[in-house]
Amino acid sequence: MYGTGLIKGLAVTMKNMVLPGRFFTHHQYPNRKIGLLGLAKASGTNVISYVIRQPAMAAKALVGMAEVEDRFPQHPRFRGEEFAWYEERCTGCASCAKYCPLGIIRIVTHPSGQDTLEGDKYSIDVFDIDIGRCMFCGLCVEACPYDAIHMGSGFEQGTYRRSELVLDVDKLRKAPKRPSTWFRPQIEARHYRPQDGEQATWREVARHEKPAVEQQEKRWAKR
Amino acid sequence: MPIKTEPVTINLGPQHPSTHGVFRMRVTFDGEVVIDVEPVVGYLHRGTEKLAESRSYVQIVTLTDRLDYVASMSNNLAYVRAVEKLAGIEVPERAMYLRVISAELQRIASHLVATGFLLNDLGALATPLMYCFRERERILDLFEMLCGARITVSYMRPGGLLQDAPEEFWPALDAVLDDLPGYIDDLEGLITGNEIVLARTRNVGLLSAEQAIDASVSGPILRASSVLWDLRKADPYEVYDRLDFNVPIGATGDVFDRYLVRIQETRESVEIVKQCVKDIPDGPIKADLPFILRAPVGDAYSAIEAPKGELGFYLVSDGGISPYRCKIRAPSFINLSALRDMVVGGKMADLVVTLGSLDIVLGEVDR
Amino acid sequence: METVHLAGFLDFKSIYDFFDGFLPEGLDWLAFALAGGSLAFLVINTVVMATALNTWFERRAIGRFQARLGPNRWGPFGLLQPIADILKLITKEDIIPEDADRPVFTVAPIVLLVPVLLVVAVVPFGEDSFLGRLNVGLLFIVGVTSLGAIAIFMGGWASRNKYAMLGAMRGVAMLVSYEVPMALAMTGVVLVSGSLALFDIVQAQNVPFLLVQPLGFLVFLAAASAEMSRTPFDQIEAESELGSGYHTEYSSIKFAIFQLAEFMAPVVTAIIVTTLFLSGTRGFSPVPGQFWFVGKVVAVVFLMLWFRATWPRLRVDQIMGFAWKGLFALAILNLFLVAVEVQWLQDSDGDLSTDAMWLMAGINWAVTVVSVVVLANVLGQRRIQRREPVPSPLANMDAEAD
Repeated sequence: MYGTGLIKGLAVTMKNMVLPGRFFTHHQYPNRKIGLLGLAKASGTNVISYVIRQPAMAAKALVGMAEVEDRFPQHPRFRGEEFAWYEERCTGCASCAKYCPLGIIRIVTHPSGQDTLEGDKYSIDVFDIDIGRCMFCGLCVEACPYDAIHMGSGFEQGTYRRSELVLDVDKLRKAPKRPSTWFRPQIEARHYRPQDGEQATWREVARHEKPAVEQQEKRWAKR
Repeated sequence: MPIKTEPVTINLGPQHPSTHGVFRMRVTFDGEVVIDVEPVVGYLHRGTEKLAESRSYVQIVTLTDRLDYVASMSNNLAYVRAVEKLAGIEVPERAMYLRVISAELQRIASHLVATGFLLNDLGALATPLMYCFRERERILDLFEMLCGARITVSYMRPGGLLQDAPEEFWPALDAVLDDLPGYIDDLEGLITGNEIVLARTRNVGLLSAEQAIDASVSGPILRASSVLWDLRKADPYEVYDRLDFNVPIGATGDVFDRYLVRIQETRESVEIVKQCVKDIPDGPIKADLPFILRAPVGDAYSAIEAPKGELGFYLVSDGGISPYRCKIRAPSFINLSALRDMVVGGKMADLVVTLGSLDIVLGEVDR
Repeated sequence: METVHLAGFLDFKSIYDFFDGFLPEGLDWLAFALAGGSLAFLVINTVVMATALNTWFERRAIGRFQARLGPNRWGPFGLLQPIADILKLITKEDIIPEDADRPVFTVAPIVLLVPVLLVVAVVPFGEDSFLGRLNVGLLFIVGVTSLGAIAIFMGGWASRNKYAMLGAMRGVAMLVSYEVPMALAMTGVVLVSGSLALFDIVQAQNVPFLLVQPLGFLVFLAAASAEMSRTPFDQIEAESELGSGYHTEYSSIKFAIFQLAEFMAPVVTAIIVTTLFLSGTRGFSPVPGQFWFVGKVVAVVFLMLWFRATWPRLRVDQIMGFAWKGLFALAILNLFLVAVEVQWLQDSDGDLSTDAMWLMAGINWAVTVVSVVVLANVLGQRRIQRREPVPSPLANMDAEAD
């Protein structure tokens, strides 16, 4: 009342400007500007010894031109752009393609003659995922019965042409496999963190071990 | 000698910084006073209801995310409840509690967006907007922990939820709940007592209770017009009948009352989430259903109290894997019909502020 | 408090003498032109650099108010950002609408910029101002700053755009109505200091006039904010309203000059406020007076920035109401009060002693608080009290079902 509301508003803005710890959602990507204190703390020494050891960097930091790489804090369950596709696990059943709401997965296979006890594992000729139209809903990951496809954890897939956004089977084979733990409790149980950079092999993402031939014969062949 | 003036019709076009999306209004002014306003919608129509007829029940969850894209958990919830009512599915307790937690967190996030943009329309140069979005970021980080995405979540499934919350979710949730009342106090200190806000929003965009009920308005707008009606208490769903919370109402139905109702609802939501965190049982997170659901022949309507109002889904099934008809009762679209009553007779600057207080999201209005 | 001043070699007379020294006789006009030209070059460049720094300061400070950083990429701490902005604006296409009135359209930004620059010429920065002592410095300032309204009208009219014209007319109405309280607040200052010359005003401030006439300071600050169209009075350039204001049709360098004038206005207003109310270059030695001056100007600029970052804007009719009902009444009250006090407290040769000023300060602060409270009440404070909400009987979920 009587102008005190206005002054209280001024106090709130000043508090938000001055108090530390109010910038918690602020990230500078990909490089963060860092000051001298931050550099010294990051290298584990105090300010004086840092200035003596690296005077050039310290001078840059004082002028505000020193940068350091910054990574967003990201949860392992983040549904990212790069798909982690394990050819060793994929049988070409195309459940993912059938379940995709947008129909952007295209799979062409031919029988390969392997694992005929379980019904033949197809060889993949074409496996296209068009991430230009993908909405990263993860229904394909939900549908895969063999845990062969997982959501990736990156978001830096920008290209200059729309046609380059189609991940064909070669790109999927060569891509680094850092699966997101979304809808993959077995990967989450191993405390795998995709953003730490380690890749996961096709055995590590399994829900269970592949049964031995005797067990398969007992279950499938001798019915 | 009276001056002869002529009313002029101006197009507040689909692209405009203050129309909250691709919303077009054809406004007729006589000088500074608004005589008539004609909303023109459809610029964001994507055919959601028709697309739903050719998608399976789980695939439609991804469509519902994008209706009210500011509050996608609530859309998911309304839809999966309709499917569960149609197919007669029981939801486990833990799933219900976690659904309520997600929905209430989403309500907080949506009301923060509404408040921030209302003040942006008032001209506060994005400062309260940045504060609101800073708090909302923490809630969106919680959603990322739950389901990997921040806005288009696709978290709920018929029969429960997709995945249980990870262990790091609960301490993070507690941290957010501890900090949030302090930040809302901050925001109120900036806005509620501010004389300029009061002068711009008091007695502006008035909607009486009778007009609100005649126009089928729901949500915070209805409650700001002093009608005590909240679906969470009037027709409780999920576990709301076991929770203890108040329903705030407004005194006059002007823009300031709507803002105040939203802020108070945010505080109530924090209390609800705290109660849920205390009471949540262990157990399965999803009912055991076939991978591709087939609903029996029939129809079902189910509505929830979304942050914008009463969001309802009417599903008609013919026994197949996708619904025969999916009708969405979008609250923003129906609230928009009350716009004319609110702004006619007011000034031009009040039009923008009133539209901001209506908190429409074009994804819902156009579907 | 004796203030130290840095060497004052930058006034017109000394530069003229310098040129006159090595030019042959009979070329006085050339020395005059060279002196005027070089001084103008120096001063305009300094003010424009200060404006560029102001844009940087404003963007960083508003960013930090909004819990984010401002621009910090270009150059050390983002100091080259204004240069990036200027380059961007210059390389844009310069569009003049077909129906536009070309001469008026082109000249309007310049007419907005020049009065703002002219004010700097009479401000005492150091011992004296650049052009020497102008006896009617304050009147010069009032007259020159009024020209800004013409520029806005020229911009709106020449654009031949309905909405630009509407915005311009509203802007002119606002500017003209806020000049009255501004001039009245300045008159209070003149009464206490006894002279229109800015140097005498600075010398008379043994107690800064901020303390002696707080009401005058508040009125002047509010009126000057409105003159510059800064929040909370920036309705005319609100981008969420219909008419985008007088500079809708402008692009490239003309728009750059509009923006320059818009960002220069706070700096120059801060300079005027410092001279009139904050005792200008006076401070405590050994710090030179010029540093005190710059510090005070930065403080006033920060204060206006703080207001801009915090408050929403007023509606147009509320702005006019505030000017004519609120500020005008307060300014008249301030004038009356100051006149009575000066008449009562001045000694035999018409000067006011420092103790008299402190007494005035005490009385004025009390009157300020009381008058603001009374005025807020009168202007409808009670209307915005919130009454207790009562659930409507029309639809109540807690009511008994019938």
